[in-house]
Amino acid sequence: MLTVLTLVTGVAALLLAAWCGWAAYRDQPTKDWHFIGMAVVSLLAVVQLVIGIVQLARGEKPEQGTTIFVAYLLGAFACVPAAGLMSLAERTRWGSVTVAAGGVVLAVLEVRLYDIWGG
Amino acid sequence: MTAAEEKPARLISGPGMLLVWFYGVMVVGAVSRSAYQIGTEFDRAPLAYVLSAVAGVVYGFITYTLVRGGETARRAALVCCAAELAGVLLVGTWTLVDRSAFPDSTVWSYYGAGYVFIPVLLPVSALYWLRKARNTVKR
Repeated sequence: MLTVLTLVTGVAALLLAAWCGWAAYRDQPTKDWHFIGMAVVSLLAVVQLVIGIVQLARGEKPEQGTTIFVAYLLGAFACVPAAGLMSLAERTRWGSVTVAAGGVVLAVLEVRLYDIWGG
Repeated sequence: MTAAEEKPARLISGPGMLLVWFYGVMVVGAVSRSAYQIGTEFDRAPLAYVLSAVAGVVYGFITYTLVRGGETARRAALVCCAAELAGVLLVGTWTLVDRSAFPDSTVWSYYGAGYVFIPVLLPVSALYWLRKARNTVKR
């Protein structure tokens, strides 16, 4: 369950990155549709955070340690919203680039989460 | 005092915002990593973990100066980015020459290869951006 969710979140993050990268390429700031996209990816990260904690509460142990696992879950959760807020403050193509970078960072975090969980 | 001096110049407009994002990510990465490692297994590789902590502090300061803006902050950021670049190059070379000095890797090991070379690319682009920003900053 967690592994599937990690995969889905990672792919969604990359799609978001590509989408916002395209907006940046066309010299556009992030728009409402992009924020809906960010909300979807953030929602996936929230679900992942909740399921991850539930798994821990059930007594399952991540391969590389609980502390690191929780730290990465929180990082993945905060990643896209933080980039989204920054793109609100920067209403140019560079705001879109920032969200694209946020998507790439989240995808990297998901790969690390996969390893940490030992999927 | 002219009107131009009253408001600190923004360093985070345009590409600056992207820099702040990456510096922010590196702050979280370096600080949380070193805090965890120093807290749990400090004796294994003390030098590596302390270096990660120092890197985290430098990243934090640069992030702060970028967000704050203004000429003084711009100069402080320039100095720190130069120090950061020197640190990455020094530690990167060090890890290649004498691997035994670092039983565990730092943020700056192998020029930041574990972080997609962001640690070495970031100070270069930041130095470029800060030098360029001088033209827009009013004295």
